[in-house]
Amino acid sequence: MDDLNRLIARRRRQDLIFGAFGLVCTMLGIATLVILLVDLVMDGLPRLNWAFLTSANSIIDPEKAGILIPLVDSLLIMLVTAAAAVPLGVAAGVYLEEYARKNWLTTFIELNISNLAAVPSILYGLLSLGLLLYYLNLHQLGITGADQRWPLGPRGSLAAAGITLALLVLPIVIVATREALRSIPLTIREAAYALGATRWQVVWHHLLPYSSGGIATGIIIGLSRAIGETAPLVTIGAAGFWLVLPPSPIQSAPPFLSFAWLLEPFSAMPIQIFTWTQDARPEFRVNAAAAAVVLIVMTLSLNAVAIVLRYRLRRRINW
Amino acid sequence: MPQTVAPTATAPAVESLKAQAIDLNFWYGSKHALKGINLSFPENKVTALIGPSGCGKSTLLRCFNRMHDLYPGNRYQGQLLLQPSGCNIIAPTTDPVEMRMRISMVFQKPNPFPKSIFENVAFGLRLRGISKPAVLRERVEEALRFAALWDETKDRLHQSAYNLSGGQQQRLCIARALASEPEIVLFDEPTSALDPMATSRIEDLIYSLRNRVTILLVTHNMQQAARVSDYTAFMYLGELIEVNETAKMFHMPTQRLTEEYISGHFG
Repeated sequence: MDDLNRLIARRRRQDLIFGAFGLVCTMLGIATLVILLVDLVMDGLPRLNWAFLTSANSIIDPEKAGILIPLVDSLLIMLVTAAAAVPLGVAAGVYLEEYARKNWLTTFIELNISNLAAVPSILYGLLSLGLLLYYLNLHQLGITGADQRWPLGPRGSLAAAGITLALLVLPIVIVATREALRSIPLTIREAAYALGATRWQVVWHHLLPYSSGGIATGIIIGLSRAIGETAPLVTIGAAGFWLVLPPSPIQSAPPFLSFAWLLEPFSAMPIQIFTWTQDARPEFRVNAAAAAVVLIVMTLSLNAVAIVLRYRLRRRINW
Repeated sequence: MPQTVAPTATAPAVESLKAQAIDLNFWYGSKHALKGINLSFPENKVTALIGPSGCGKSTLLRCFNRMHDLYPGNRYQGQLLLQPSGCNIIAPTTDPVEMRMRISMVFQKPNPFPKSIFENVAFGLRLRGISKPAVLRERVEEALRFAALWDETKDRLHQSAYNLSGGQQQRLCIARALASEPEIVLFDEPTSALDPMATSRIEDLIYSLRNRVTILLVTHNMQQAARVSDYTAFMYLGELIEVNETAKMFHMPTQRLTEEYISGHFG
């Protein structure tokens, strides 16, 4: 009896030891993140105000330097990324899940979509540099042929940056679309087909509406990854110091929409942070910390939207 | 009427046929699931298909609306004629979408769309190009009345179909199947997921629909077949063993296998 109790006590101890070890491991990860965040906020706090968000960069005065241009450019890049990645990714996901016959070719494509998600992002930058800038001339110089501002060659444009990040996000959107479609039970598809719906009618009237929450979650998670990407943007020539706002996409005169901004040179939030950390003057590092806080807030709020969407979706439809 | 049965005094002398299977074979990949089925389906009657699990009764049912086309590796052979035109439902040249518009189906588990009650019934109508709100409303009401669901749902047509009970959901699926005025309605074990009360309401409903539309009912519940069908066909291992008027089938089956099945020796 005594033996048994001792045995049980020993096993209880093992349980406790692993429990404690697991807790420490978990806390280590979380604590690192929290310390990083707190440190950033404390460093950046003096510069975190409205003027910081609404003024342009300054090369001489860190107190006057703001993030207006990289902020606006980052948002415009996300617009291009979403406009390119959503239709392509959703269509590809729908095709693979609902249309494609299952054979070695589709299996091969499926495998490689997962591989695409693992390709280092700098490779997407190199691809865009060659394809979008040098081959398709997706930059100001390429279109007007007369702009002599960049004697060193073409600089990347907002369009090129958005498309580059769209390539990066595409596998995420495709996988999310397929998973959302796969979670719809077969019986729902059969019900729609049995009424005489064509494949497209089943997709359009049923599958897409029922999977929209899951797809939207995937898109947002993709965008929140894209917004912090630096390497591919550096590769295509993002400006580390840039003072020009692109022309507004919305015009006061007809046709009200303008696409001139697409070919403008650009900066971006992560690029701005990077150049400020490289500045010899320590005052600019405060700006880098403040800009990093803004970027983290942007990413976290995108993720929050994704979580809310997923939660609401689960409540709405219970298969 | 079933080929193996002579006309009786009570049955109409000439009964028109709605569908005919002639040497119908079906394969799931290499599995031969229907073996040379010859069977006739009288118009505006209820024909029940009974038999143990895996006998091919659902497989036969799903030939009618070409459901097998949705999955790769399935193959039909022979004829399944839709009368009076004599169009072969399973011919490769026949459009499965057209067949599904003319022959509707109620499934084993209630499968309403996660939309409103109204939109569930209206979807089949919208597919047929009906878009005028007044016409839609009228046809939806008519279908819900047929399915004995109108009184329970008329005040909440725009609520989600998922708020209905299982039995109500299945009646909604029946309304959805009836709304487009199909020539044949296929019922694939429509009560197997329902409680006895809901089951009896569905059975009453199927019984009331005869003389209005041709019905095929797959069931593993022999009492159900006896209660609601005019004709019963017994299938075993992919073959049709016997078909007869339901009363005769259950009182004096001619095949030993049928007798053993309906007396509960197997299955």
